[in-house]
Amino acid sequence: MSNHPSTSGADNIYQPSLARIVRILPQIEDHRLFQLRFEDSGIRQSFTYRPGQFVELSLIGTGEAPISISSSPTRPEVIELCVRKIGRVTEALFRLPLNSLVGLRGPYGNGFPVEEMEKNNLLIIAGGLGMAPLRSLLWYALDNRSKFKEIILMLGTKISEEMLFKYELLSLLDRTDMKCLLTVDKDEEGIWPAQVGVVTKLFDAVKVDPEITYAAVCGPPIMYKFVLRKLLERNLPKDRILMSLERRMKCGVGKCGHCSIGYKYTCIDGPIFTYWDAINLPEMI
Amino acid sequence: MQIVKLPKENLDKFMGGLSKFGEIHAPIKKDENTYLFSKIEDLSKIELNYNRTILPPKKYFLPPNETMFRFSPEKGYEPPQDNLNKKYVLLGVHSCDIHGLKILDLVFSGTYVDNYYFTRRKNTSIIGVSCIPDDMCFCRSMETDFVEDGFDLFLSDIDDSYLVRIATSLGDDMVRANQSLFKEVDKEDIAEYKRKSNERKNYFKIDLELYNLPEIMDLEYESKIWEEIGEKCLSCGTCSMVCPTCYCYDVFDQLNLDGKTGERRRQWDSCLFKDYALVAGGLNFRSERSARVKNRYFHKQRGFVAQYGRPSCVGCGRCIQSCPAKIDIVEVMTKIRSASYE
Repeated sequence: MSNHPSTSGADNIYQPSLARIVRILPQIEDHRLFQLRFEDSGIRQSFTYRPGQFVELSLIGTGEAPISISSSPTRPEVIELCVRKIGRVTEALFRLPLNSLVGLRGPYGNGFPVEEMEKNNLLIIAGGLGMAPLRSLLWYALDNRSKFKEIILMLGTKISEEMLFKYELLSLLDRTDMKCLLTVDKDEEGIWPAQVGVVTKLFDAVKVDPEITYAAVCGPPIMYKFVLRKLLERNLPKDRILMSLERRMKCGVGKCGHCSIGYKYTCIDGPIFTYWDAINLPEMI
Repeated sequence: MQIVKLPKENLDKFMGGLSKFGEIHAPIKKDENTYLFSKIEDLSKIELNYNRTILPPKKYFLPPNETMFRFSPEKGYEPPQDNLNKKYVLLGVHSCDIHGLKILDLVFSGTYVDNYYFTRRKNTSIIGVSCIPDDMCFCRSMETDFVEDGFDLFLSDIDDSYLVRIATSLGDDMVRANQSLFKEVDKEDIAEYKRKSNERKNYFKIDLELYNLPEIMDLEYESKIWEEIGEKCLSCGTCSMVCPTCYCYDVFDQLNLDGKTGERRRQWDSCLFKDYALVAGGLNFRSERSARVKNRYFHKQRGFVAQYGRPSCVGCGRCIQSCPAKIDIVEVMTKIRSASYE
């Protein structure tokens, strides 16, 4: 048969490459940050990605799971995955000792449209584990500080013990070139050095210029509801509100069907969707 | 396109000569009115007058299950050394099923090319055959009742002969290898071909009108019809398995008894299965049967149109024939279309 795409060469889109766990940083309960390094130096040097993209992580003998990348492409050689112990693959990952080998393939997904977002204000809004993909965007923007106007981070968790990257983010409070707003719902002991209250309350402290702002949002469904309302009240265009969504991205390459939402595949059309996409896709949030 | 004539008395000789182009697979009769594509050892078993096979030819390109990798803790993941390069001749493929393969080609190509699928596609030649529709065929509605490409040869039945369209260089080789079996097409053959194809239109009993169907489906997204079908559907996934355009698969790692080495395998999956949209942590985006049924219809008739410009249905009638709950896609779409349906 003619006219079929070339299958020559060793390109197997499903081929995981071996990577070594070089560091494990405990975060909050059941959450750890894994630093991974490709064994092959060629892959290690050429592997790059966009903030918001994800990889398929293979645990030999257990299976594969999609995990968003928490590190920034501005800091190459090591890839960081912030993982919650929640399923078969992640449970197996938590049992692995340092220096173990895992499989990685990717990066997949569209990622944030960073070129388009440059020269704008950046409003990053996270709740709970939502900080995992947004941390990549945050450090990308901070490492390319001159390319962006204002950078504002709003992060909310129930209590400070549930805040991912807590010490790293607290250290940003001193930065004068960004606004770092970290809030906890409750601070019974009165020791939290930053804001107290729900994340939407942080909007009182910022001015959103709808003409020159992009918002990147990730968090639990309930947070979307209230955050989106705040953003729309401030007339932010629906296609400048970017959200990172989770589905069962099994193959990562738009073939296996599992992550379909309405007319799109989360793995190739997403996982970053605009709010405009969301209204037009049934079952989105 | 070059067209020649193969008198039916030469058919067996022609088919016999095809084995040098690959292992021959063709429809055989399993039971009364039941056919399947199977490896042919005895040419007399080939049944070119058949309505539809249980499984479409997708099984040759996306097998029901296959090994993607062998793994070990030391070497990681290595593709199997199985011979994907074996040559096959798939004989007796209907127009709708050729369209089905063309739709799968869209899915498995693009930015990410699935080599498992396309290596097999490249190594399999396709010889199509014309057919007479039965009361479950609606290929005419889906514009798949004729096919212009996607085959090497296509045989159109004109009673005592076949008109043979030669679409590829390989198809030409197949004809040239047995040149003496073929004749030139004459005026009477052309007349007979036209008469037959005109007559064929009249055999269709059911129709699924595509005109503005995506818009109608958007309007009926909240329709109670999805609840009704959800009540009937058994979530068995048979419609997906027999569908020439359903391609969803699941991937899993299977350990050997040593507890270290094993295989990463993929197997057909169905969006009607309960755990299809389940994510880690237990959240299921489509735990209701009605949501899963709706998703299947929307993906075929709405979502696929948005992604690839045509519905992922070829009107082969297999899902109508196989559904144990007697859910009929044409009936469902007709109901949705009907102005009186509330």
